[in-house]
Amino acid sequence: MTTPTIHVRGLEKSYKKLHVLRGVDFDVAQGSIFALLGSNGAGKTTVVRILSTLLKADAGTASVDGFDVAAKSADVRESISLTGQFAAVDEILTGRENLVLVARLRHVKNPGGVADDLLERFQLTDAAARRTSTYSGGMRRRLDIAMSLIGAPPVIFLDEPTAGLDPQARVEVWHTIRDLAAHGTTVLLTTQYLDEAEELADRIAILHQGRIIVNGTLAELKRMLPPAKVEYVEKQPTLEDVFFAIVGDNGTEPTTKEQP
Amino acid sequence: MTTHFVGDTAVLTGRSLRHVTRSLDTIITTAVVPIALMLMFVYVFGGAINTGSVTYVNYMLPGILLITVASGVAYTALRLFTDMRGGIFERFQSMPIARSGVLWAHVLTSLVANVISIVVVVAVALLMGFRSGAGVLDWLAVAGILILFTLALTWIAVIAGLSAKSPDGAGAFSYPLLFLPFVSSAFVPTRTMPGPVRAFADNQPVTSIVNTIRDLFTQHPVSGDIWVSLGWCVGIIVVAYVLAITVYRRKIA
Repeated sequence: MTTPTIHVRGLEKSYKKLHVLRGVDFDVAQGSIFALLGSNGAGKTTVVRILSTLLKADAGTASVDGFDVAAKSADVRESISLTGQFAAVDEILTGRENLVLVARLRHVKNPGGVADDLLERFQLTDAAARRTSTYSGGMRRRLDIAMSLIGAPPVIFLDEPTAGLDPQARVEVWHTIRDLAAHGTTVLLTTQYLDEAEELADRIAILHQGRIIVNGTLAELKRMLPPAKVEYVEKQPTLEDVFFAIVGDNGTEPTTKEQP
Repeated sequence: MTTHFVGDTAVLTGRSLRHVTRSLDTIITTAVVPIALMLMFVYVFGGAINTGSVTYVNYMLPGILLITVASGVAYTALRLFTDMRGGIFERFQSMPIARSGVLWAHVLTSLVANVISIVVVVAVALLMGFRSGAGVLDWLAVAGILILFTLALTWIAVIAGLSAKSPDGAGAFSYPLLFLPFVSSAFVPTRTMPGPVRAFADNQPVTSIVNTIRDLFTQHPVSGDIWVSLGWCVGIIVVAYVLAITVYRRKIA
């Protein structure tokens, strides 16, 4: 067994009297996609904020890429990228300026070239010179994720990456995430959409009342729950099937395979 | 990480300066209030105020410049607040950059934005007949005091921007600052004020700063006011800076 890229033991956090995390344990293997599933207020964002050094835990330990988040926070920040719940883009700058800004702060060579590659990869080239305040929710989210890829950090945290997106934009984001993991990036994502976890994750953990109550692969989770029953039902098209049938676009536009 | 402090702060300052140059209305709004006050006082009230041998526009410009800074720092607080709300602040804090650079970028931007506003207001004052025989050294001294005053109010603005709960709240701290010059020697000589008011006016920072700048503009020898005003500015900077950093540390855990 190699050491896990993300290692969390006994994590606890309270906000005043609200005991949000009551001892959270999990590991994430290098290059895998790990989904933290939970309802609103379950503490998913709190876990992500602790792992991305924005918040200190009350108790427990966590390490990312071999660095302790409390003791070696600067090293952790070198290894990670965070895409928060709300698209963290600068509204007054253009899309390209946003990318160049992050590239400069990450001290990568040729910030302009990196920005142009990412604009192309995320189909934002046409909108590159527009202020991001004019972007749609999907474009903003794509730009947000593109900004997180700069400098190719080995670990990426995605906090509810598809919240508020339309079905096409959602499928596009899923492609990007799969692509990242395929290139060896470790992805921790939080979601409240069950289908998203099912679609993407190598392992799924359910955070409930401050603890991880279930943690396993999709197959393992399915085995734990009520045994499968054989039922014969008429296969009605889901609304999603109808939507894509009418719109005629399954959202699987190829993304180029370049790493930033 | 401190090795990148200067470079990162420069990049972040360039970013927030773009916010200023792309919303020039903030510069105009900053300059409009002091310019309107200047027009009112010079052409409406000024005739009734006895300022001795000094023309009224020359007399009141120092106070107007302080009002310019007080209205300008409201935008400093607002820009910082907007960053905190938008998520971009957390993005910066989770990146391998000098964390305090985020704050310093806002402080430097505040300085540049206020200098631009002050230049605009001085230009209007010149059109209205403001004249000074001050030499280069006098002007440099005036600039130095105004920069210290701007830094003092900017660090107060940082506290407001970091701890505000709403955009309106972020800017509200500047209203009392806007009124301080009215209870000072900025518009009328304090000797005309009743006892307790005069005592307050004579001993609050604006009076000593205004008197110093006025002496420099009118080429009078500067009195001990310059040390009092420097003391106020440096004192406020130190206290506000310590408080701001404390609030900032608490915010970023």
